[in-house]
Amino acid sequence: MARLTLGDHVVDAQPGETVLTALLRAGATVPSSCRAGACQSCLLRATAGVPNPIGQQGLKDSLRERGYFLSCITPADCDLGLSTTDSDGLQVRAELRESVLLSDSVLRLRLVPERDLPYRAGQFINIQRDDGLTRSYSLASVPSQDSFLELHVRLYPHGRMSGWLRTLSPGDVLSLRGPAGECFYVAGRPEQPLLLIGSGTGLAPLWGILRDALGQGHKGPIVLLHASRIAQGLYYQDELHALAQAQPQVRYQAFALEPSAQQPPTVQVASLTDVLLQQYPKLAGFRVFLCGDPQLVQTLRRLVFLAGASRRDILADAFLPASA
Amino acid sequence: MHNIRSHADEQAESNTKGDEMSLYEELGGAAAFDTAVEIFYRKMLSDDRVARFFSDVDMDRQMAKQKAFLTMVCGGPNHYTGRDMRTAHAKLLQHGLNDSHVDVVIEHLGSTLRELGAKDEQIAQVAALANSVRDAVLSRDKPAEQV
Repeated sequence: MARLTLGDHVVDAQPGETVLTALLRAGATVPSSCRAGACQSCLLRATAGVPNPIGQQGLKDSLRERGYFLSCITPADCDLGLSTTDSDGLQVRAELRESVLLSDSVLRLRLVPERDLPYRAGQFINIQRDDGLTRSYSLASVPSQDSFLELHVRLYPHGRMSGWLRTLSPGDVLSLRGPAGECFYVAGRPEQPLLLIGSGTGLAPLWGILRDALGQGHKGPIVLLHASRIAQGLYYQDELHALAQAQPQVRYQAFALEPSAQQPPTVQVASLTDVLLQQYPKLAGFRVFLCGDPQLVQTLRRLVFLAGASRRDILADAFLPASA
Repeated sequence: MHNIRSHADEQAESNTKGDEMSLYEELGGAAAFDTAVEIFYRKMLSDDRVARFFSDVDMDRQMAKQKAFLTMVCGGPNHYTGRDMRTAHAKLLQHGLNDSHVDVVIEHLGSTLRELGAKDEQIAQVAALANSVRDAVLSRDKPAEQV
């Protein structure tokens, strides 16, 4: 007999039941709609046990790898511990080790958690201040390469969280929750071309994903496009040029939307949408990572799909602005 | 007035009774329909006659629904009802959704299936099934008759 556990609900499934029907019979609340494995409303995550692979057909690799499956078409044929959301993310305290300005508007924090915090490069964590103020930040670090968590904090003129983070000094302790997010590299198709596109601090997850892919032995070409409003808003240019020099498969291009008085020759003035349309019109077979401004991410997502990238190979992390 | 669930059920029944496979199975089932929905959705997004109806939608969610729709009209396993079709399109009616747009859907549906190797008569069957939800999509059916 298969035992399913979701929060307070524990149910022994009957033969022929799906995970969804067994849970609903036990009175659990699980959203569902099509009941045919299509609409994805009934997505659950296995926190213990391995669900029947039939329920993971058609899901993005990054969802599969984290144990997500479609409960409406998955037979309840083995014991499973289940969760409906990412809210069971770990809470951990971390010590600030370094705080450095990368540009006028980007602060780099390096933190060391008090205990092991498993994550994937490109996921995000939430910083929670004692008064409850919470903001999400993408991880720019790679677990196998970096001994710290790295965050790129966009400094807003009246930002409550960013303003507070700027006042912190090494040795201060922060409260983190997470990690969460599906925008990360999954090994398995090493020859596939990768296209990484980000604006502003959208570079943070991409910097992690790029190094993670290389570290995991990715063989195919990797293109990173990074844009900022003006050239002075870009950062990590030296590091990225050096990486592209050392790794022939990596190409790095930097863009600014508007020209500035001291326009560096390495930065082109162009919008990412124009660059995409003109330089990357055919993306069939590509895996694409999109991070940063939500409107840009939405526009790019449509463009790369129309250019031929498959939905399953488009991974996006839109940075939603916090309410004031 | 047609209820699409009964259509789908009839078709599913005839599939299990006879030796005939549904078009859904013939074209390769769930895996093939992941590809089908991409082809279909790309056609819709690239078509100026209908693209504006997709400007604000979550692509992943939209494609999941379209996969359910394609699966349904090709005789695959589904639980779509007229009510689903009606509620899914209710907001679009305010933005001018009409018969001409349903025609575009059926046109792209046909060319998608043709690319995947369906024959003309199979495409005609699918078009007929898709046409049977036209009234639900355009909210011209009677809700009381729906399941």
